[in-house]
Amino acid sequence: MEILWTLLIITLKSLALLVGLLIFVAYILYADRKIWAAVQLRRGPNVVGPWGLLQSFADFLKFALKEPIIPDGANKGVFLLAPLVMGTLSIAAWAVIPVAEGWAVADINIGVLYIFAISSLGVYGIIMGGWASNSKYPFMSALRSAAQMVSYEVSIGFVIITVILCAGSLNLTDIVEAQDTKAGVLGWYWLRLFPVFVIFFISALAETNRPPFDLVEAESELVAGFMVEYSATPYVLFMLAEYVAIVTMCALCTIMFFGGWLPPFDIPPLNWVPGVVWFILKVCFFFFIFAMVKAFVPRYRYDQLMRLGWKVFLPISLAAVVVVAGVLKLAGN
Amino acid sequence: MAQVFFFYLFAAIMLASAFMVVAARNPVHSVLFLILAFVNASGLFLLAGAEFLALILIVVYVGAVAVLFLFVVMMLDVDFAELKSGFLQVLPVGAVIGAIVAIELILVVVGWKASPTALAGASAPATPDVSNTVALGRVIYTKYVFFFQAAGLVLLTAMIGAIVLTLRHKQGVKRQSIPEQNARTVETAMEVKKVPSRAGV
Repeated sequence: MEILWTLLIITLKSLALLVGLLIFVAYILYADRKIWAAVQLRRGPNVVGPWGLLQSFADFLKFALKEPIIPDGANKGVFLLAPLVMGTLSIAAWAVIPVAEGWAVADINIGVLYIFAISSLGVYGIIMGGWASNSKYPFMSALRSAAQMVSYEVSIGFVIITVILCAGSLNLTDIVEAQDTKAGVLGWYWLRLFPVFVIFFISALAETNRPPFDLVEAESELVAGFMVEYSATPYVLFMLAEYVAIVTMCALCTIMFFGGWLPPFDIPPLNWVPGVVWFILKVCFFFFIFAMVKAFVPRYRYDQLMRLGWKVFLPISLAAVVVVAGVLKLAGN
Repeated sequence: MAQVFFFYLFAAIMLASAFMVVAARNPVHSVLFLILAFVNASGLFLLAGAEFLALILIVVYVGAVAVLFLFVVMMLDVDFAELKSGFLQVLPVGAVIGAIVAIELILVVVGWKASPTALAGASAPATPDVSNTVALGRVIYTKYVFFFQAAGLVLLTAMIGAIVLTLRHKQGVKRQSIPEQNARTVETAMEVKKVPSRAGV
């Protein structure tokens, strides 16, 4: 009986998280298009609903009502499995993310490692989709993407290790609480670990295949990347997974470097605001930078991307681990 | 109750997918089933209370090693149907080896008598006050630091070996040198020529 109760509570929590997350992603997508349009002096989506606020839902309905077309030569099972895998994995990462103090579906003590593991699985959706399409462009794109994601995962891993060293825990709640000092916004890890924060942010762009690292779907070379052959609902799942992964990375930036749900300073007007509001504001701030990078920066060449990952970020982040560990040892922590 | 249920669930899926790794016609499907087996093995580790090991298994084996497997299998241009056509001829040999292993396993398991106190010790964590990630961290860099470093050295040797074996410097290929590019200035990169009219450069 007790098991059923726990199961029910977990299900309800997950459902609440899922609904909140999907609505958030719908508006993040809208914001992405609006910001991109504003930079290019266009209006962006402005027809559906007031100021185009319902655009994402209209798009979703359009995709959901279309017929999914499966190419004749495709490997049917894997072809349909790929978007499912990707969608499920990207949402699964949110199980451990604490949106506010104690607001996590599962507050496990290896939360960071869990997210890292889940995001390292994300590459399978892309490889499976690219291979099962049985077409040259998707396959090329899948190869590129897999190499890119595996490369940047290495530096992300090292950055996470430096944060873990400073916080002394793999639990995401503990990592946020370790940043709760009297210095407020200056005590968060972005200042103390500024170089690795920059590396993490750029690697997060590469890991989520965002511009300027969107060689996966470089439309001038590969038509539209690994999802060329996808249409209707399977395509929506890929799209959704991509944006959920971006929000996950923003949330990870917030938790590891920007103090999660903590207010900038622990003084009356600021600490009256609930933690979840601060968390969402910070995630939105990071997403705004993601969107601005997309609008400003031209696409990288593939060999430069690989060089940046392996010859620049890997040595710097590896050195950062050694330096941070040494400083912590000398400081007696 | 839930533990038992999940144990049988993970174990059953793992055995089935392990069988499919061998039985699947398409090699890419084989690798995908292998990945499923890995993930379920990690689930079993979780049930045993080894959460760190479980997630490291996913990060290392599923996230990196299996990706390379998948790459190699996808890019290999081998007719696997032809390779598998001799399957029936080698089946008796495989069956004999499998039977021997199975018999040995059964002999060991049947002849094994564990004392009840040992069993209780095996299922309880050695350090009840900390999580097993902390417990691992405490011993790996202190008590077992030599073994840990030696294992790292073996991997490093393998990595250097792989690089040495595959690194080739082709002659006559234009290579990009970033420091050289950054060192260029207007003086080194540009030359102003006075071209006389009707004479060309």
